Amino acid sequence: MGSTIIEKIVGNNVGKTVKPGDIVTVNVDRVMIHDIFIPFVASKFEEMGFQKLWDADKVVLIYDHLVPASQVDDTRHFQVGNAFVEKYGMKNIHRSDGICHQLMTEAGYVKPGNIVFGTDSHTTTYGCVGAFSSGIGYTEMASILGTGTLWIRVPETIKVNITGTLPENVMAKDIILKLIGDLGADGATYKALEFTGDTVENMSVASRMSMSNMAIEAGAKCALFTPDGKTAEYCKITLTDKETDLVGDADAEYCQVINYKAEEFVPVMACPSNVDNIKPVSELEGKEIDQVFIGSCTNGRLEDLMAAAEILKGKKIAPFVKLIVTPASRKIYREAVENGTMAVLAEAGAIITHPSCGLCCGRTGGILTDGERVVATNNRNFLGRMGTSKVEIYLASPKSAAACAVAGKIVMP
Amino acid sequence: MEKFSGKIWVLGDDIDTDIIIPTEYLALKTVNDMAPYAFSPLRPELASQIQKGDIIVAGKNFGCGSSREQAPEIIKALGIKCVIAKSFARIFFRNAINNGLLLIENDALRGAVSEGDEITVTINEAIEHKGISYPITSLPENLVDIIQAGGLVKAMRRLNGLD
Repeated sequence: MGSTIIEKIVGNNVGKTVKPGDIVTVNVDRVMIHDIFIPFVASKFEEMGFQKLWDADKVVLIYDHLVPASQVDDTRHFQVGNAFVEKYGMKNIHRSDGICHQLMTEAGYVKPGNIVFGTDSHTTTYGCVGAFSSGIGYTEMASILGTGTLWIRVPETIKVNITGTLPENVMAKDIILKLIGDLGADGATYKALEFTGDTVENMSVASRMSMSNMAIEAGAKCALFTPDGKTAEYCKITLTDKETDLVGDADAEYCQVINYKAEEFVPVMACPSNVDNIKPVSELEGKEIDQVFIGSCTNGRLEDLMAAAEILKGKKIAPFVKLIVTPASRKIYREAVENGTMAVLAEAGAIITHPSCGLCCGRTGGILTDGERVVATNNRNFLGRMGTSKVEIYLASPKSAAACAVAGKIVMP
Repeated sequence: MEKFSGKIWVLGDDIDTDIIIPTEYLALKTVNDMAPYAFSPLRPELASQIQKGDIIVAGKNFGCGSSREQAPEIIKALGIKCVIAKSFARIFFRNAINNGLLLIENDALRGAVSEGDEITVTINEAIEHKGISYPITSLPENLVDIIQAGGLVKAMRRLNGLD
């Protein structure tokens, strides 16, 4: 009997063959804590009676949700974080470099085959480089900081096989939205997703990242791509045999196999107010909009901004629409400035913000009110996520979002 | 086995953690400060109506969304004795166990109850509602260990020789 990718990663970690349902204690390779939860992690850590971190090099603290502070209380999170870093001798801290999930892979903290936990549900993102990564709460994070270990239940795997060439107006975002719609918001709960097929093999790491990022919206524990040449280039490593072996075996057991033909995908949106409420953009055309958001850990990467710029080049956004663009990291910001993308976006009328989580979780900037409608490239359209509970949030790809900004209504990209 | 009765509040499917506590209140200092805003996007009056010992009965995928651990902590702070749902999202499930909030998975109860009904729960055995008994399955051993220690913080304190 062969193994799925997650079974191999966990098996390598614990030094024995594992199967779904096994409860094992894994050694954690890296953890990520962000600014919202650091005060809680710090107090739980000390309440638990730990004197030192199990391995300070393996702990990363990232300020992104509250940067820069928009409420006086936010500053306390930075003070507590800075004191924690000082007290326990941490070196890996980012105070304004970008969104946690972007930085974890971009700055080289995560490698193929790693086991990584973060105090954020979108920690599933690092599956884009073949790492098992998942979100946990702050109490469990505090226990990992002390012990370096966590119990997990080895998940069953759903294999998603995609073959062929995507239509020009379809992006990776449309694929993951369609999958979430097909599975339902709890369709992959407690399970791993494994993506295969030449469509994903031909995808950039950035596109894979959009997909692994949103796996949690179907309830998944993690979402894995096999490390390949693109992964190696992105992570600036040479793949070892153990890393290239992170592929689902032909005789591995899957609880479900889903096959898609890339040519059959169309641009879609997640309609208010559930991420699994998926409709083709063609059925939503004509709805007037008030705001467009392009950014987030789902779609704030250079290829996303460039895809939007291609549509916005030489055009102006509709006069009553606000277009807000948030690059996912400082590195992406600089690259987008250097290659002219930012100039195109600014010329079209975009408001360009600093890299942060702000808009996506309705925390800093871009708040909407009753009856307003936003097309956004982030990952959640829950009630009240970007303003009042009567805001309509439509989740879309950067191409769809850019096309809507120009038209002032929902249109096909 | 421990047995308790309580009045129920009925909620739907996919009650996400942004509904349980919106992001804008997460920078408040304590979960008690946040508790009055619980469920506010969906039912702004609910937090003030919940009484100590009440029970929430919900549909599938309760607690989906963000990893915010304040979600189960606030539900506990409101005095909710346990949450019974058709299913739970995984991060919420772990967070609830780690904070000693009892969760029970049951598929059938949700369709049979109305808000305000009283139910009786016998832990690891059954739920009683209007003369009908709904059997419940017991939790895996490692989770029972955490709950029996009084939550993960206490389990770690014990590990560090403090309690």
